Amino acid sequence: MRRLLVALGFALLALPAAAKDELIIGVTQFPVTLNPVIESMLAKTYVLAFAQRPITAYDPSWQLVCLECETLPTIENGGARVESLAGGAKGIAVTYTLKAGASWGDGVPVSSDDVVFGWEVGRHPQSGVASAESYRRITRIEVKDARTFTLHIDRVTFDYNAINDLRLLPAHIERPRFAAAPAEYRNRTAYDQDSTNPGLYNGPYRITQVVQGSHVVLEPNTRWTGPRPAFRRIVIKAVENTAALEANLLSGGIDMIAGELGLPLEQTLALEKRNGARFSVIAKPSLTYEHLDLNLGSPILADIKVRRALLLGLDREGMTRQLFEGREPVAESLVPPLDWVFAADLPRPGYDPVRAAALLDEAGWSVGAGGIRVNAKGDKLALELVTTAGNRSRELVAQVLQSQWRKLGIELRLRTEPPRVMFGDTVTRRKFPHMAMFAWYSAPENVPRSTLHSTMIPSAANNWSGQNYAGYANPAMDKLIDAIEVELDKTKRKALWHDLQALYAADLPALPLYFKADTFILPKGLTGLEPTGHQDPSPYWVERWRWE
Amino acid sequence: MGIGRPALARALQSLVVLLVMSFVIYGLIGLMPGDPIDLMIASDPHLSAADAVRLKALYGLDRPWTERWLRWLAQVAQGELGYSRLYARPVAEAMGPALLNTAMLMAASLGLSLAIALPLGILASLRPDSWFDRVINLICFVSISVPVFWLGLMLIVLFAVELAWLPAGGVERIDGQGGGVVDRLTHLILPTAALALAGIGQYARHMRAAMIGEAGAEYIRTARAKGCAPVRVVLGHQLRNALLPITTIVALEIGGLFSGALITETVFAWPGMGRLIFDAVMGNDFNLALSGLLLATAMTLGGSILADIAYGRLDPRVRTR
Repeated sequence: MRRLLVALGFALLALPAAAKDELIIGVTQFPVTLNPVIESMLAKTYVLAFAQRPITAYDPSWQLVCLECETLPTIENGGARVESLAGGAKGIAVTYTLKAGASWGDGVPVSSDDVVFGWEVGRHPQSGVASAESYRRITRIEVKDARTFTLHIDRVTFDYNAINDLRLLPAHIERPRFAAAPAEYRNRTAYDQDSTNPGLYNGPYRITQVVQGSHVVLEPNTRWTGPRPAFRRIVIKAVENTAALEANLLSGGIDMIAGELGLPLEQTLALEKRNGARFSVIAKPSLTYEHLDLNLGSPILADIKVRRALLLGLDREGMTRQLFEGREPVAESLVPPLDWVFAADLPRPGYDPVRAAALLDEAGWSVGAGGIRVNAKGDKLALELVTTAGNRSRELVAQVLQSQWRKLGIELRLRTEPPRVMFGDTVTRRKFPHMAMFAWYSAPENVPRSTLHSTMIPSAANNWSGQNYAGYANPAMDKLIDAIEVELDKTKRKALWHDLQALYAADLPALPLYFKADTFILPKGLTGLEPTGHQDPSPYWVERWRWE
Repeated sequence: MGIGRPALARALQSLVVLLVMSFVIYGLIGLMPGDPIDLMIASDPHLSAADAVRLKALYGLDRPWTERWLRWLAQVAQGELGYSRLYARPVAEAMGPALLNTAMLMAASLGLSLAIALPLGILASLRPDSWFDRVINLICFVSISVPVFWLGLMLIVLFAVELAWLPAGGVERIDGQGGGVVDRLTHLILPTAALALAGIGQYARHMRAAMIGEAGAEYIRTARAKGCAPVRVVLGHQLRNALLPITTIVALEIGGLFSGALITETVFAWPGMGRLIFDAVMGNDFNLALSGLLLATAMTLGGSILADIAYGRLDPRVRTR
């Protein structure tokens, strides 16, 4: 017993901070699968970003770049050409050349065959790949040689060369598992059954240990031909509770907290005030669009005057300044200011409670007893807002909305629901009576077809697919969306985006609130980590990370 | 009467309970709003109506839950727990490490809790309403009232952040140096302390009440009248009978500890059964959720059987009934 206690004492004393060639990253979620194409999950995307590179991705300046190809093919450089399809429709053929020397961790070269295999898995109806749309659009793949292949796509869209979703899969390992039983592939993939097989990874790191629910260990991939990464070992540790995650950081149990899956902004701000000298805090405004979806089926909200009054009666600048120290920029539309298609010249509605009150008067809502507005029938102007339970930021914002709209004579009832209930039922089946507060996360220049096109209103008839939860239908908006998707000329496309944002501001199918910021808490010595603010995470460029 | 028939009867009863529980659990998960595909639709703008139909069919979610339950039952009858949808591996494989972690945490916290609570309860019962009893009562009320997540965080702040004596979470060091027995024991200290401290209050209170209840019994007065030593009266006679209700409470607690340490596991990033079952329920992983919850039920039933056996050892009247 005494020996055990002595040993325990030594063990306690031997808990030093991590060495400089090792980096321990804290995240709030553990990936449930590591297969790149099965299940969409941020934790998986983050972990795999160190070890598994897609062919193309958006870089930190939100530009499309090659990660595993030599040159980004465009119509201008001859890498892509529009072609005629049977029946007179137009398609496009896009030719890529994989990077010279690229290989999997077991030394097998990354080849066109891996692209073809990834496509076969993605489009197979039983493979378990959730979103097969990007795979289905590719009608065939023409293999020119081991590194060069041409995708034949069944339509011409402006993002024809963005194949971020077409993931490379190591055919030499995964094909036998898939071919044996495609419907069982999701359960038999080597990414989950043999996660440390080096042949599964083509990035600067490879996964060498997975402790389910706890952590993932990454070590350099000796076959990586790009710039040598700085760290001998990277550990990604999952701590779901954000207070415990912060305590782990302060105790030295982890070196940094990833912004992609880290602390909420208000907690980061508090930590920065207390421990700013120890850490570098980066708050990167992201594409995450926090907003209020309005149910336009509600007679109250069907009136555009009421929707405008709601926006004018809200001091969003003051709200983000007070709650988030101004680090989450106010959203003027669904397009973030960092996106090149953002229409900066559109008028900003601002905070105008006088105009808001006038609009409500015009809409037939006059101030009644107790200060709450009523219409001619005596119905109160009472709205209900549903949002996710347990999200402190949203709960604070909801209280601000309630207080500010109360001054206008609008009664706002707040309801919170677990995310599972809200996104599994209330919002997706359009059961919220008036408003739902949540966020969209997307890629740069993301065409809002699923959220604004009239064909995307969820209903039993379409199996509740589509994300137009507002029930917004405007032929002009449909036309703009259709036109943007196929417009290859950037100048013309920007003009169309401008019109779309103007129409969005005029119709207000949703009330824009702010763009969330990803907050990275880094050790002072870490350099080279550049937050992206979009769905392609920062570790895609991990080889640039250094200790100074 | 031999032990064979009652044991067989209890085993059969337990099987029926497990069967009913599996039906109830399956039904409740099935009735939860939304399914994994609905959640995928909400998060993936490219998922079409056709994709939704295809995926629901692939995961069997297009069938009524009663039909799925019957299929699951047939599968279990052949000794197959199925695949975890979330972890893409056999259920037993997904549960194994979590089960081991929880067993360690449960045994350590329950053992520590009882080791502290029972003596405290006995000592408090010896002089009811004395200052000593009041101090112990205060400790018990604090233990019962303090939320375990707060206690866990405070322990982390004190011992991991301020004093830097112990790791803040996890099951072992992740810097490549860990994995040994001492390392795992070191990581076990804080979550064990949090769970144990939260349990001390109720066990000590029950122990005290049971001891006071027995103190006035005739056999105690007789033992004292016969000149039996006070220590022998307390430990040999009074305690033995007072342990009966405590045994029941502890036995029923086993199932709860097994599956209900979710908060402690979350705060200490301890990958155990509580978190696994929670994730499985929230992710509509029927196979994993069912297996985890049924295992918890089985543990409670097993605990109840153990309590019966312990009753027999503690009270000869039970044996003869």
